[in-house]
Amino acid sequence: MSSLGFDQVAVRYGRRGALHAFTAHVGPGEWLCLIGPNGAGKTSALRAVVGLAPHTGTITVDGSPLFQRTARRRAALVAFVPQSPLMPDEMTGREYVLLGRNPYIGYFASETKHDRALVHDVLGRLDLAPFAERRLGSLSGGERQRLVIARAVAQEAPILLLDEPTSALDIGHQQQALELVDRLRREQGLTVVSAMHDLTLAGLYADRLVLLNEGYAVAGGTPAEVLRTETLSEFYGVSVTVMHSPDGTVAVVPRRGPGA
Amino acid sequence: MHVRRAGWWWLPAAVLLLVGAAALGAMIGPAGTISSANWNIIWHIRLPRVVLAGIVGAMLSLAGASYQGVFRNPLVDPYLLGAAAGAGLGATVVFVFGNGVSSSWVVDPLPLAAFVGALVAVFVTYTVGASFGGSALSLVLAGVAVAALATAVQQYLLLRNSDVIKEVYSWISGRVSTATWHDVRLVLPYVVVSATVLLLHRRHLDVLRVGDEEAATLGSDVRRVRLVVVVAATLGTAAVVSVSGLIGFVGIMVPHLVRLLAGASYRAVLPLSLVVGAAFLILADIPGRVLEDGGETPIGVVTALLGAPMFIFVLRSRRVPA
Repeated sequence: MSSLGFDQVAVRYGRRGALHAFTAHVGPGEWLCLIGPNGAGKTSALRAVVGLAPHTGTITVDGSPLFQRTARRRAALVAFVPQSPLMPDEMTGREYVLLGRNPYIGYFASETKHDRALVHDVLGRLDLAPFAERRLGSLSGGERQRLVIARAVAQEAPILLLDEPTSALDIGHQQQALELVDRLRREQGLTVVSAMHDLTLAGLYADRLVLLNEGYAVAGGTPAEVLRTETLSEFYGVSVTVMHSPDGTVAVVPRRGPGA
Repeated sequence: MHVRRAGWWWLPAAVLLLVGAAALGAMIGPAGTISSANWNIIWHIRLPRVVLAGIVGAMLSLAGASYQGVFRNPLVDPYLLGAAAGAGLGATVVFVFGNGVSSSWVVDPLPLAAFVGALVAVFVTYTVGASFGGSALSLVLAGVAVAALATAVQQYLLLRNSDVIKEVYSWISGRVSTATWHDVRLVLPYVVVSATVLLLHRRHLDVLRVGDEEAATLGSDVRRVRLVVVVAATLGTAAVVSVSGLIGFVGIMVPHLVRLLAGASYRAVLPLSLVVGAAFLILADIPGRVLEDGGETPIGVVTALLGAPMFIFVLRSRRVPA
């Protein structure tokens, strides 16, 4: 289990600041969800961690600076599930999941028996064995999404980042994908940071939410603390009803008409 | 359920094809089939051209497949970053200014100029492209500009010296008909180094199939892989172009055929392109010898004349009921 720390992390694209002085700590085995309107900086925060967005400030894993390590070492610590992964039609499910072993393979080496056995095991555990020899182009959105998660699992990184993991899925497959992440979190002690649009799903699965707006963290805490009518109408510009169930889950339901 | 395995079954089959092609290439020609009287012809004329055609076809196909991998585009050929235009310009300069000196020179200036021209063009492309961020797109755009520039200079030289146009076009069309063992010895070291480096990167090309960004999050150094592959492919391409001229279409067609047969994984595509490319160019060299009496049809013309219809046929037959 590993923790992930953001210390004054800022991301700029040219002159436009996408994320400002973001500071957060995600404990070992915790699930933190970043929410906020489009362009709030959720994706920039995740991309900074995997080196796809140049950042200032310090990102740490278990207290030590992540970017003092090589790209290969970082890939062994942090796995990233992008919002729209590029999945070659001709590649098979097994070949795709095997890519997750890349950080452990020497420059001129190829996969070992151990790598192949591990991928076989991951495919089995995630009920993906039937898709091992199928071409990615012949699979449905839900099946493809589970293979992307399987690739991240094969990466054996203690920290998993998910960028809008459910945006392309129907409600059943959304739940299936998030249940899978939650199961992996419990079984393997994964630390999860996700960016999500669906506030109800975010509240349902995350331990803690951080609300970003225009690059600034404006609210943070448990789902019940962050998902409040006034907060959401202020930053999303919508009127919503927030419903609390007796079991502690929070549902955010939009209402029609301008104003509250 | 649609299953396709990148089977190793294809590799022995391709090698068998290559052996057959080489045997055919050694037997067919104006002087008749193999006999002891013809041994000199076979050893000194036919075999060098069979071997050279094999080397050129293997190199262009392997370089094409590698380029397609690092640029993630199946329509790319090894001439993408200006190698062809640079080699063409280099050769043109020799034809225009080198009249008369070539026989007295220690080194034949033609292959040297083509080799240097190709390397310089790709080097300029890479430097310019890298200054715009070094993404695949910026490299391709820089390649377009460099090729246009080199071609413009070449055309200007040709218009001012129209007496060499025929020689230049004959060179550009590509040929292995004048091949000697000397040519083979000249290009072989470059091709061996280039092919070894490229084959060692076949796993990296598979990682790149998920895009630069995801490959980077999987721990790959995308820029370094692209640089090494481009340098290796360019070195081999420049070497074979310097002795054979510009033989087009092989570098796109052969990798594509291989993909249709054995799947898209570069672990299969690279070695198979090497073998199938060699066999294809050896076979393509045969009709040119017998079509015209006394003369030769340039091999570059034959590859396109034979290759294009065959390519369309294979694409069509693969497309019907998926």
